[in-house]
Amino acid sequence: MSARVLIVGATSAIAEAVARRYAAQGAALFLAARRTDRAAVIADDLRVRGAAAVTVAAYDATVRDTADALVAAAWEALGGIDVALIAHGSLPDQPACAASAVLTRQELEVNALSVIDLLTPLANRMASARHGTLAVIGSVAGDRGRQSNYVYGAAKGCLAVFMQGLAHRLTPVGVRVLTIKPGFVDTPMTAAFPKGPLWASPQTVARDIQRAIERGAQVLYTPWFWRWIMLVIRLIPTSIFQRTRL
Amino acid sequence: MDAQTSFPSWGRYPPATPARVLPVRFRDQAVPRVAGSVLPYGNGRSYGDSCLNNGGTLLATRGLDRFLAFDPSTGLIRCEAGVLLSEILSLTVGYGWFLPVTPGTRLITVGGAIANDVHGKNHHLAGTFGHQVTCLELVRGSGERMRCSATERADLFAATIGGLGLTGLITWAEFRLKRIANPYVQVERTRFDRLDDFFDLALGAEREREYTVAWIDCLATGRHLGRGIYMAGTHAAPTCEGAPGAPGRTLSVPFDPPVSLIAGPTLKTFNELFYRKQFRRVQTGLEHYAPFFYPLDGIDQWNRIYGPKGFLQYQSVVPMALGRDVTREMLQCIARSGQGSFLSVLKVFGDRPPAGLLSFPRPGVTLALDFPFKGPSTLRLFETLDALVTQAGGAIYPAKDARMSPALFASGYPRLDEFRRHLDPAFSSSFWRRVTGDAP
Repeated sequence: MSARVLIVGATSAIAEAVARRYAAQGAALFLAARRTDRAAVIADDLRVRGAAAVTVAAYDATVRDTADALVAAAWEALGGIDVALIAHGSLPDQPACAASAVLTRQELEVNALSVIDLLTPLANRMASARHGTLAVIGSVAGDRGRQSNYVYGAAKGCLAVFMQGLAHRLTPVGVRVLTIKPGFVDTPMTAAFPKGPLWASPQTVARDIQRAIERGAQVLYTPWFWRWIMLVIRLIPTSIFQRTRL
Repeated sequence: MDAQTSFPSWGRYPPATPARVLPVRFRDQAVPRVAGSVLPYGNGRSYGDSCLNNGGTLLATRGLDRFLAFDPSTGLIRCEAGVLLSEILSLTVGYGWFLPVTPGTRLITVGGAIANDVHGKNHHLAGTFGHQVTCLELVRGSGERMRCSATERADLFAATIGGLGLTGLITWAEFRLKRIANPYVQVERTRFDRLDDFFDLALGAEREREYTVAWIDCLATGRHLGRGIYMAGTHAAPTCEGAPGAPGRTLSVPFDPPVSLIAGPTLKTFNELFYRKQFRRVQTGLEHYAPFFYPLDGIDQWNRIYGPKGFLQYQSVVPMALGRDVTREMLQCIARSGQGSFLSVLKVFGDRPPAGLLSFPRPGVTLALDFPFKGPSTLRLFETLDALVTQAGGAIYPAKDARMSPALFASGYPRLDEFRRHLDPAFSSSFWRRVTGDAP
């Protein structure tokens, strides 16, 4: 049977690249996005590329108490979910967050709490079905707090620990839990940054994500070298770390 | 695949630096309002400066890479302008549909194929890519969004085909694919010893063949002048024996050699081997479409072999009446200069009237050459060739040009003034400013 895939934040570049890989395999997809007009454009493309069925639904991560309804709608439309990829997020303006507790809270809500709102009902449904993969796009930024983007890092770090706990809880019942930690990815979210050799394309990241889902990995650094870069960054002693501007 | 970090042209000459590069990812996006001009940049396969906008803004269109619709029963396809021809083939060949017209690389975008009104080995039967387009959407700098076709805004449609990206941003296009039975091509290669033999082949029964082109040994002189190999192909029949597999891995030129690897001795050897490798006069066989249509796509970034100075292409067309003589004179000039060309290609275009106001293909003989850029001596050779083309009432292909004079451009494109009326004032390119003297 072809895969049944829920993608939240479906207009993100990484999410779209993952969706194409599943579409080419004949999957049925449920796309949730704030911009449903753009998700519909993506849906047309996925149908041409071979998706068995594509459904588009509106979802705004800044509106509370909508996650349960979204998960229920996707579960019903797809007749169960094999893979759920949660890919929405924003890249906070760190200096602006440093000056505003309100903005900091908003960013934490979008990047961490709204994701957890989805994870809880998805985890419970998958636990009952004793089947499925929960995949969340975290970030290498969640591995160590750094002055340049610790609000984003705190949200992604929160997700990483939450997912670690979910994995501990759900692995015994046959549900897989994957935290994806991309490094620098050339997407609209990062359009303003100068690019160098550490930057990867969304297609490369999507290929890694699909492979990690297939092999049942719990944590994916993509591209692979970020595992070692982040290991070094985590191991730098605090006394030295304090003197860097990372 | 790595993230794209620079936006050169394929010949890597002339160097140019855009003030900014703005990616376009959704077709509902308007053309951004910026200081200076904008220019769509697809996959950067134009050789010269027609895809460059020095000091201006590039709209990187590869993010517009979605299909809108494809009907496997009729072969009608509609896709966004940043889709590569290779991506179309990956989708459609399995359904038995092929590109109706394809140039010698599949690594170009649909937008680029229209903006340069590209041609292929079947020009004599099918015309250009622009002839295949049934309709397209154009977004102008003013924010206006419009459908163009032979019946809707036909003038703007004709200006946009071959319009070098200067009439607005193409967001999607629709065209009809060509039925094939399988991915194979029945190929016949014929060695010919002199230029006249080429014309006898090209103007004889060969005109009925679907795909025809000739490779020329442009270092050969005297009675061997214009010797080469004539290639003719047709899509294979439904039942064909001994079908080869698809080609394997892509090779790559992984670094920039400090000097051009295409120098006198390597070139002489290559040309001699290429000509001699075929023992029999006529050789036939079945090939996968990839090596037949896209021999160089198998080598990633092959343009690097020309070293850091880059290379120049020269593609001209001259009317058939003078075709034989002018081609002979051009080949004599090149052989005399000793600046041989690695890939010299000769083809007779068909008689179909051009699809666009600035389309390059027109009835006549086209000669395409590439040369490592050696500075003034290369430019001098080109000026000699220019004089021959001008005298014959011919033209140079903008997609391959980095140096033609405004006078040569004007004489080769008599509908230039008509085209100007459709220019989008927000759009410009390094090429356009060079050949017209317009402000940035």
